[in-house]
Amino acid sequence: MATATKKKMVQWDPADVKAELLKKYPPKVARKRAKQIMINEALENTTPEITANVRTTPGIITMRGCTYAGCKGVIMGPTRDIVNLVHGPIGCSFYAWLTRRNQTDPGPDGENYINYCFSTDMQEQDIIFGGEKKLTAAIQEAYDLFHPKSIAVFATCPVGLIGDDIHTVAARMKEKFGDCNVYAFSCEGYKGVSQSAGHHIANNQVFRHIVGENDEVKPGKFKINLLGEYNIGGDGFEIDRIFKKCGITCISTFSGNATYDQFASAHTADLNAVMCHRSINYVADMLETKYGIPWIKVNFIGAESTAKSLRKIAEYFGDKKLIATVEKVIAEEMPEVEAIAAEVRTRTAGKTAMMFVGASRAHHYQGLFNEMGMKTIAAGYEFAHRDDYEGRQVIPDLKLDADSRNIEELEVEADATRFKPRKTIKEIEALEKAGYKFKHYAGIIPDMDKGTLIIDDLNQYEAEKLVEIMKPDIFCAGIKEKFSIQKTGVPMKQLHSYDSGGPYAGFKGAINFYQEIDRLVGSKVWSYMKAPWQKDLQLSASYNWE
Amino acid sequence: MLLRHTPKEITERKALTINPAKTCQPIGAMYAALGIHGCLPHSHGSQGCCAYHRSALTRHYKEPVSASTSSFTEGASVFGGSANMMQAINNIFTVYGPEVIAVHTTCLSETIGDDLPQIKKKALAEGKIPKGKYVISASTPSYAGSHVTGFSNMVTAMAGMAEPTGKKNGKVNIIPGWVEPSDMEEIKRLTNMVGVKTILFPDTSGVLNGPLSGEYKMFPEGGTTVAELKSTGDSIGTLALGEWCSADAARYLDKEHKVPCQVLDMPFGLQATDRFIDALRMVAGVNVPDEIALERGQLVDMISDMHQYFYKKKVALVGDPDQLIAMTEFLVSIDMCPVHIVTGTPGKKFEKRIKEITKDMGGKVNVKAKGDMFLLHQWIKNEPVDLIIGNTYCKYIARDEDLPFVRWGFPILDRQGHQYFPTVGYKGGLRLLEKILGVLMDRQDRDASESKFELVF
Ligand code: SF4
Ligand code: SF4
Repeated sequence: MATATKKKMVQWDPADVKAELLKKYPPKVARKRAKQIMINEALENTTPEITANVRTTPGIITMRGCTYAGCKGVIMGPTRDIVNLVHGPIGCSFYAWLTRRNQTDPGPDGENYINYCFSTDMQEQDIIFGGEKKLTAAIQEAYDLFHPKSIAVFATCPVGLIGDDIHTVAARMKEKFGDCNVYAFSCEGYKGVSQSAGHHIANNQVFRHIVGENDEVKPGKFKINLLGEYNIGGDGFEIDRIFKKCGITCISTFSGNATYDQFASAHTADLNAVMCHRSINYVADMLETKYGIPWIKVNFIGAESTAKSLRKIAEYFGDKKLIATVEKVIAEEMPEVEAIAAEVRTRTAGKTAMMFVGASRAHHYQGLFNEMGMKTIAAGYEFAHRDDYEGRQVIPDLKLDADSRNIEELEVEADATRFKPRKTIKEIEALEKAGYKFKHYAGIIPDMDKGTLIIDDLNQYEAEKLVEIMKPDIFCAGIKEKFSIQKTGVPMKQLHSYDSGGPYAGFKGAINFYQEIDRLVGSKVWSYMKAPWQKDLQLSASYNWE
Repeated sequence: MLLRHTPKEITERKALTINPAKTCQPIGAMYAALGIHGCLPHSHGSQGCCAYHRSALTRHYKEPVSASTSSFTEGASVFGGSANMMQAINNIFTVYGPEVIAVHTTCLSETIGDDLPQIKKKALAEGKIPKGKYVISASTPSYAGSHVTGFSNMVTAMAGMAEPTGKKNGKVNIIPGWVEPSDMEEIKRLTNMVGVKTILFPDTSGVLNGPLSGEYKMFPEGGTTVAELKSTGDSIGTLALGEWCSADAARYLDKEHKVPCQVLDMPFGLQATDRFIDALRMVAGVNVPDEIALERGQLVDMISDMHQYFYKKKVALVGDPDQLIAMTEFLVSIDMCPVHIVTGTPGKKFEKRIKEITKDMGGKVNVKAKGDMFLLHQWIKNEPVDLIIGNTYCKYIARDEDLPFVRWGFPILDRQGHQYFPTVGYKGGLRLLEKILGVLMDRQDRDASESKFELVF
């Protein structure tokens, strides 16, 4: 097999690797990058500080996208019954059209706009004279054509500069229609330093304009919201399957396969389970402050983490029957998962992985690799903040810089009529005493071994160097990184959109992932890279038919 | 139904574009720049545009696409991006060491009003551009034109590198337009066969259809070299393939350096290829070899062999103007009926050309420049077709309306082959027919009753 014969690098020293990564940079860039590249010391109680959520240096080929991508692409893109109308020149909307592999199930009402791309396609005269008129007309045309429940408007870069007041336009149209909620997002790409700012802008508006709109009490005994799950490759469908089996009702998912009504009813759930900490932890905080719903961190990537998260949800509700059902489901699902993991491990154990993705995934997927006996030797986030690396305890110390000050923080207080603590202080205390952790996330660092590398906002040059020096057996990032890595003969798995596969969440997802990684690291293709005459340069040969 | 909300009834839309049949200028500029050897495309704006363009090109070619960005944040958006650009130029030459940085603007930097030539002057004055290295630039605001315009603007910037020596080089400039790397390769093969020395620019063959060899080259072997671009001013003539993609650059060389030019259609299909070969023969003053006549004859042979399967079949088309003009002509020439034709790129000239080509076809032809795929779908609902040809997004229409579908154009995100197998030239014509026949006959096989199911077509 190709990978078995590949020479492993003599054990590298992380300090040397770091020095090598920085060597070629102009001094100013090197100084900045040095603070974003950390050698994990695996200390007991403290974590060293890493610089994160800062600007990318111009000219350095970054993996990052923009605020609009985080807002329209990530958060609002997966919703199905909202007409997502992009106000700007055509490109921004075109590129966010079906490219993230969010799956959707139109459900009984059949409303599904995911396959459509809407844009005001601003022209020169709109830039010069302002685009409000065109936006107003476009909203009207969308309403006349589809009569949707809701229309969301997204601003792209030029809109902010020319000063279109998209919020007033949206409010006016909402009032005019009466039966269609219209609101807007000031998510111009230049606001903030990455997609992360866009997540925040999106979530703020969902919270402000939609959450709390529907007070109807939905059936179900154990009602939760799942925050930060985007149903890429059908992840959300697998998690839903498991919830259903356990008797857990998911009122609202933010925002995989989400509907307007799910958001509107989110305040009626009794627990918020947070998947992707980066993109949504502040929503969990706001839901708690305003409505009294506590939140916990969960992780449905990896079979063990899935089991752990289900137990955590059951423990919160403290219902004996639920606890028993969850145990039964885990007992039912695990044998197949374990059998396949054990079989795959015969080929994958001891292999190494690198992961540079968004925010939570570079952390969550390490669990799946562990289950296959694979070790993560370097990881990092594209757009996370320090708390995603070091844990939430650093939040009070985070400095606001010019870029983060741009992003609105909503002032939230307890809702006069609908605030209702789901647990008494006593109950919370009892749970915490028994080791239960609310609002807790320790970040990626504690879960990584000593001597591994943790790198924020990794760029193309560093990725190339890392792979060259450390020779991982697999590298995970996004589409832009995929083929430059694979050209070197190292398999690359996209962990943003999963290439073509999925789901990878939950139990069935874990199995899919083991098999996918097994396929990738064991593929025969890596042995075909050299032709016979390139392997053996000897010119004289004997012809055996002579 | 995937597009279940698309009504049959067509209402006029003035402000809302749905399911666009175009994208924005910079991606075209980026694609063109990748056709310069040793070039790093640079997007002057916020980093999102660059990320999107790289992703889109990568998904289409399944190849690495490197490009850098000025990474504007709010400050740059207010005070202008000159400082970001200066920093970027320095970092790019230090870290990546390209021969050329090809800068294009974005909506953001255009709205701010950044002046790229001015910034370049400053960079030169401050010694930020190493000796023997180049920075070229194109203005590509997406609120005008489309990805095709952006491509054309960058190709014109490439022509701007011409440095005539006064001594003719005996070569013909060929500007292929936005075609696949495989098409560029095929154009080179044809010109070689005819025996004409050429400078093809841009040339993405060997850049966006590279091998897997265990080595990653940020700047692959392919691409038009700087020396060749400089030499374009010494060429005996220019053939520009496609009015929308290539004419501006050709006219620039004509006007600035007296290199006479001819603007032809892109050589898709029989007649456009005929005109291309004929023009080539005339500018270079050579005889066309028999091998080319043979390839041509093979294409004519296939048309005659399979004519009954093409005859009067209705086709819906979406794509870019230059490609659609040639394709429409080809379809009409084999007695197919292109009845609905949409491009997102503006230009009344397009509608006029299509009407001319289809005027003897009989029946009404729906054609729209600056249209979208929502409209195309509605047209199809009102007058059904037998075949749809266009980019991958057509698959949603094709599935809803149960239509045979040939992928052709940009982007193709879900099938392979466009990087490797050309559709230009006579051989390319054969491939187009093979694809069309493939989907039509698969459909016939699928739908035939058992008694009508046939072995031989
Ligand atoms: S802002 Fe302009 S250049 Fe950037 S992606 Fe949007 S349309 Fe294209
Ligand atoms: S223009 Fe702005 S919003 Fe659009 S892709 Fe570019 S950076 Fe993002």
